[in-house]
Amino acid sequence: MSTPVPIPRRKVTVRIDGTERAAAEGSTILDVCRDAGVEVPTICWAPTITPVNACRVCVVELEGSRTLVPACSRRVTEGMEIRTGGDRVRASRRMVLELLASSVDLSRAEADILRWLEEYGTDPERHGPDRARVSEPVRRHDELYVRDYDRCVLCYKCVDACGTEAQYTFAIAVAGRGFDARISTEYDVELPESACVYCGNCIGVCPTGALIFTREFDLRESGGFDPEAQAVTTTVCPYCGVGCNLELHTQDDEIFRVTSPDDHEVTSGHLCIKGRFGFEYAGGRRREGRTEADPATDRDESSSA
Amino acid sequence: MESRPSVGAPTPAEVRVLDGTVGRRYDPVDSRVIRRGPDRRHLLLPSLHALQDGIGWISPEALAELCARLEVPRAEAFGVATFYALLRTEAGPRTVVHVCDDIACRVHPGYRDPAADTGHDGEEPVGVHPSPCLGQCDRAPALFVQRAGDDAARLTVTGSVAGALAAEGATEAPPLVVAAGPAWLTGRIGVVDPTSLEEYRAHGGYQALRTALAMGPEAVLREIADSGLRGRGGAAFPTGVKWRAVAASAQRERYVVCNADESEPGTFKDRVLLEGDPFALVESMTIAGLTVGAAQGYIYIRGEYPTAEERIVDAINQARHRGLLGSDVAGSGLSFDLEVRRGAGAYICGEETALFNSLEGYRGEPRSKPPFPTEVGLFGRPTVVNNVETLHNVPVILSCGAAGFRAVGTAESPGTKLFSVAGDVSGPGVYEVPFGTSLGELLELAGAPASPGAVLLGGAAGVFVSPGASDVPLTFEDVRAADLTLGSGAVTVFDGAADIGDIVERITAFFRDESCGQCVPCRVGTVRQNEAIVRLRSGSAQPGDTDLLDDLDTVMSDASICGLGHTAASAVGSARRLGLLDGAGARP
Ligand SMILES: Cc1cc2nc3c(=O)[nH]c(=O)nc-3n(C[C@H](O)[C@H](O)[C@H](O)COP(=O)(O)O)c2cc1C
Ligand code: SF4
Ligand code: SF4
Ligand code: SF4
Ligand code: FES
Ligand code: FES
Repeated sequence: MSTPVPIPRRKVTVRIDGTERAAAEGSTILDVCRDAGVEVPTICWAPTITPVNACRVCVVELEGSRTLVPACSRRVTEGMEIRTGGDRVRASRRMVLELLASSVDLSRAEADILRWLEEYGTDPERHGPDRARVSEPVRRHDELYVRDYDRCVLCYKCVDACGTEAQYTFAIAVAGRGFDARISTEYDVELPESACVYCGNCIGVCPTGALIFTREFDLRESGGFDPEAQAVTTTVCPYCGVGCNLELHTQDDEIFRVTSPDDHEVTSGHLCIKGRFGFEYAGGRRREGRTEADPATDRDESSSA
Repeated sequence: MESRPSVGAPTPAEVRVLDGTVGRRYDPVDSRVIRRGPDRRHLLLPSLHALQDGIGWISPEALAELCARLEVPRAEAFGVATFYALLRTEAGPRTVVHVCDDIACRVHPGYRDPAADTGHDGEEPVGVHPSPCLGQCDRAPALFVQRAGDDAARLTVTGSVAGALAAEGATEAPPLVVAAGPAWLTGRIGVVDPTSLEEYRAHGGYQALRTALAMGPEAVLREIADSGLRGRGGAAFPTGVKWRAVAASAQRERYVVCNADESEPGTFKDRVLLEGDPFALVESMTIAGLTVGAAQGYIYIRGEYPTAEERIVDAINQARHRGLLGSDVAGSGLSFDLEVRRGAGAYICGEETALFNSLEGYRGEPRSKPPFPTEVGLFGRPTVVNNVETLHNVPVILSCGAAGFRAVGTAESPGTKLFSVAGDVSGPGVYEVPFGTSLGELLELAGAPASPGAVLLGGAAGVFVSPGASDVPLTFEDVRAADLTLGSGAVTVFDGAADIGDIVERITAFFRDESCGQCVPCRVGTVRQNEAIVRLRSGSAQPGDTDLLDDLDTVMSDASICGLGHTAASAVGSARRLGLLDGAGARP
């Protein structure tokens, strides 16, 4: 037989919080929990990236294991007995969240992270007023995006998005060690001198606002960021024939962020510089003397500019 | 692949160093061909060493050139270079003296705080850096000199910074080695010239390899399994099980790796084995390789062990020259060879999967397990990784047979064990004793004070033991039952005058400095633990600090990725339980 037949994945049976669940072999504990509707917090996990298994907020109890195990990267095997709640699991998750909050600024983190900080009862202040914190200058080297590593939780997602999981550009990596580890270009050179091609895929995966469009950064810093006045418009990137879906995030009709859906079959959430940052022309309507957008003219003008 | 913005050209000296280690850049015409050269990323760390040794630092220009030659992204290579304490990415003095301020050295009467030393060698500025344990606790106070340039050198010295700078060519004092029982592992040390293959052979060397070849791999596997040998690197895992798993692998390409990264504070027994009986390790590795079907082995030696490295490299060369390594090992028709790789100052690289990453040219960050090294190890292949001392047991077992080996020690912990005893003892050194010897007997052998202030068992990752524990037989099973650990076999003794709070604080600083930074519990937890102990010792403890230390212990032990995080609260916890920190806050 020469027709490739997909190999059916064997099923294994595991117990999640006492309930038996069938799961495809090779899936992770997290996959099974999600199917079962059990929430497991995650920070360094992303749908489009092989988990690096670093934040450890997703730990669960596995019968027979001396330590807790990370749900995001541990694959299920037959007969696993998993507990996702209980004091032991909650204690470690609370501490992971609290340790992060004690060392970096999470005020712009994803809504889920902020919710978990509350739900798990974290108290970062008990680590004292003199505790070491991540302290980095805001890196603003151009008008496209800002790197604000005071907010970075070292989830490695930007590194992987820039590297083998999407972009294959390898402009950034983790440098240094321990608490001094930072996301960095070589010798911390500014982005235009690095290998960066401004695809913005690192921004797309950053869960904390450490990587952020310059426009959004300015809006937030000025206190003018207003979710009430915002909209998301789905469209298709006009630049080439690939046809990436774009989500234009606007406030008062001005684009401050561009994303692509994680589950989009072409992009998996990733874009190139044109789709990500090439939105200047869309603001053309506000140029002096114009009242209505005229895409055709705008394009002509921008290409002759 | 990354696009490559231009940076300036490397200096001629840098180019010479690179030519000598990684060869020339691929021809630009070639590099346009889709097919790329073989992956040479594993040459990254050796090349960074070469630049450090030759130039004194790794400049942006040299790094860019190196990356072009190895086809490694610059940001990643920078991430690797900045991971290690012995590599520098900023220009500075070409000589750096690393002064050990760790647990055994800081209680030595001759110890001087490195902060008090100004670095000058005549006119020339010298860097003086505090260092974690240098693995020379038996020669405290210990220093390590790293000099770059045409007269590049790495020296281990006892004494002071000034003495270290004058110590060019000084000979190291021979280590104290004592065996109370069969001297299976230490018998040749100090007796046989470690640079002479002839003498090694005259003292029983290479008989075990002959035995192994005559028996065949299956019988060797059975013998090692039957002997009950368990790993001496800390985890006490049965060696036979590991070897069997790799030997039975469906993959043909396999590796054996010797973990000679010995960096657990208070531990120096592997150094004494490497320096004193290097051929034994070469022979053991050869047996391991032929038994599990690996054609290549690596010995990863910590960068602060220049003498050990030199001896092992020399032993490998002699063995190869005599046909005991290479394409036809001892006329067997089987192929096996060895290569030495040098660590660059990172305790975490002793963790087996971090070691693989380091050797492959990546940051020394532990991988998640499973999969275990026997399935996915070095270069993604099935790998046996063993500690130096574990491997030194292999020829012993083949020579005296599994039954003979089991005649010493206990049923669960057969054989002898090396202990590195240091601190406030009259005889700091390596002690080979049968498993089952009590802690009290060992302390007496080493000349510990009758009632020490504290004894730390297993190094920074270990535990302080109570005075009542001196009856505990030193076996894996007995220490576990007593909630203790043998760890790496370090026994560090502090007399009644020692400030144990200071030692505990140093241990918390050690973990803070040595965490790889990958996972949150350890990256931040080790910092918070250190801060809480500093508060406690300075009398500024906060009301909730006891709970805080408990919570940190919980999250690091339970949710960290690797053993470093798992054990980072161990010594602190035992010190607190024993009341060794009581009254610490009363100090001004
Ligand atoms: C933080 C850390 C450091 C370690 N350092 C060493 C070391 O320096 N030498 C060593 O042999 N094992 C070390 N280990 C243990 C190794 O991971 C591994 O278990 C060992 O090399 C296996 O060899 P064995 O079975 O012969 O003991 C370390 C483990 C951890 C978690
Ligand atoms: S913008 Fe793209 S190329 Fe630049 S650092 Fe981010 S992921 Fe890498
Ligand atoms: S910058 Fe963002 S994506 Fe990158 S490691 Fe930090 S938090 Fe994660
Ligand atoms: S426990 Fe510490 S050393 Fe181990 S992986 Fe985590 S951060 Fe790194
Ligand atoms: S989400 Fe699993 S370790 Fe981060
Ligand atoms: S060499 Fe100084 S403590 Fe080990």
